[in-house]
Amino acid sequence: MRFDYHTQYRQGFALFKDNSDRILYALLLTVMCAVPWLASSFVLGELAYVFILCIASLGLMVLIGYTGQVSLGHAAFVAVGAYAHVWMMNKGLPMLTSMLSAAGISAIAGLVVGIPAIRVSGLYLAMVTMAFAIVIEQVIGNWSSVTGGFTGMPVPDAQIGKWSLSGPKSFYYFCLVLLVLVVVSLFNLLRSALGRSFMGVRESEAASYALGIQVNQVKIIAFGLSAGVTGLAGALLAHHLKYLTPDGFSLLLSLELVLMVVIGGVGSLRGAILGGLLISLLPTLISNIKPWLPQAWSKQSGFETFIFGFILAFFVLFEPTGLNGRWLKFVSLIESFPLYRKDTFKRNKRYMKSERYR
Amino acid sequence: MSHNASPPLLDIQHLSLSFGGIQAISDFDLKVHKSEILALIGPNGAGKTSVLNTITRVFTPQSGEIIFKERDISHLPRHAIASLGIARTFQNIELFESATVLDNLLLGRHRFFNGHWWQQLLRTPHFIQTEEDTREQIEHIIDFLDLSPWRHSPISGLPYGVRKIVELARALCAKPELLFLDEPASGLNTEETRDLAFWIDDIRTDLGITVVMVEHDMSLVSAVADRVVCMSQGKILASGTPQEVQSNTDVIAAYLGTSS
Repeated sequence: MRFDYHTQYRQGFALFKDNSDRILYALLLTVMCAVPWLASSFVLGELAYVFILCIASLGLMVLIGYTGQVSLGHAAFVAVGAYAHVWMMNKGLPMLTSMLSAAGISAIAGLVVGIPAIRVSGLYLAMVTMAFAIVIEQVIGNWSSVTGGFTGMPVPDAQIGKWSLSGPKSFYYFCLVLLVLVVVSLFNLLRSALGRSFMGVRESEAASYALGIQVNQVKIIAFGLSAGVTGLAGALLAHHLKYLTPDGFSLLLSLELVLMVVIGGVGSLRGAILGGLLISLLPTLISNIKPWLPQAWSKQSGFETFIFGFILAFFVLFEPTGLNGRWLKFVSLIESFPLYRKDTFKRNKRYMKSERYR
Repeated sequence: MSHNASPPLLDIQHLSLSFGGIQAISDFDLKVHKSEILALIGPNGAGKTSVLNTITRVFTPQSGEIIFKERDISHLPRHAIASLGIARTFQNIELFESATVLDNLLLGRHRFFNGHWWQQLLRTPHFIQTEEDTREQIEHIIDFLDLSPWRHSPISGLPYGVRKIVELARALCAKPELLFLDEPASGLNTEETRDLAFWIDDIRTDLGITVVMVEHDMSLVSAVADRVVCMSQGKILASGTPQEVQSNTDVIAAYLGTSS
């Protein structure tokens, strides 16, 4: 078993809990950096795609997981980021500037949606964001002069200065660096006052007001931050897809993002990453196990959708804390190995809940 | 006690609040003086919590003035109340349930400077020092209310009595001058209520905080309150020392009904 012995308060909120944490994360990063020497360029492309989806899912996690506002329209912010990026690159902006501006434009789009959307909550908010996504999809389809319309438009090659990023290896590293940057920045923000106020707004608005949190402003900031990160993922996705069409940013992508957040485990960045990994690798996984399944199953249309739905239902019923919850249980099993009690994480029914003054 | 020398800390004048046809508070006057413990009692539906909610800007009064430190606060935005130095607890505990005790208390310090956004993003050394100072302030409150065994436990796993105290601790972390407690003893057992009585007294004498509490438990009220105000149907029925109010015939009638 492990007991924390802190001599300074700053150890309580350090980035890494202890040395074994530090070593494990360093090991993970080394492995990620070594992958290009071991894997084929197809696998590298797939992994870059996974990283991009992880960034998008991190963006949505800020909104759903930390602030408790459900958005069913985050594909719209991916699209805004992607199209803004490509449009600015075509205008001759350097890639990094354009990418950051695209994230900024997406964040502004998030603020614009957030300002009216915070007046509603729960199911109604989900409807508003979904409607926004549908509107954006139509706008992209019809605004041909900027977006290339329904026929789409090609994406310029990724290039920073003279350094080309179009090869699978360099693009993989670029996505990895951005993912690490996004994770560290979000982790820093979310364990500071801003993240705490997100959590406060999620758990009790009445108490948040009483403690001086400007609830509406915090909600709008969450929308902006979330949309900005998702937009950054969109800009990266453009380079992965190499050709943008509006149907790449349909409702299905929004739902996949929500699935990542829910299956990963609401309220944790690790969950967003794990969920992103699972959902983005699932189609590949399904096609790999198909040969072993009876013909009648694998030939069935909608088989993949069925698996997606099945996994979601499974998690909602049996593991509401998601993959992250599973992970924490596993860690606590290892840490307290011979003394692990089966009921440590048993879910109890609660009989006390107040819903007043919300 | 005479308070004529200094103006009252909180001065409520002609406060009225109605919800449609229901007059929750009508022409209500109340003065709260510095460093006193005032208990607001009354039968259910008397408007005690409504008074509290009106002062903390959950409700906007139809008329009247709420003057805190010689400033009318009756139309301030709801989030601005905390920074004036007014904190409160809730009748039905409003804690941040899935967070730990420590996170709840950290949020209690939200009204103070917690670093600019870029400092939070980059975690500059200065920012880490700010966070440590915040933590130190919180540790004082944790010591004060004996919460150290629960420091890292999530609220959702805590017993009811501890949650009540955590909510009190969170309000104290905001370093208020005026503290409102909405039924602090409801759901506590006798022993916990007795501890609470000592704490409330310490909050006044050691921390110098003025306390206004809405409470039904007369043992707590008579143990700590300097002054008791009894409300009924949105109006003040009686006020005075706990003994005076308890023996007032109007008060007894309001609670038990009259025989005629």
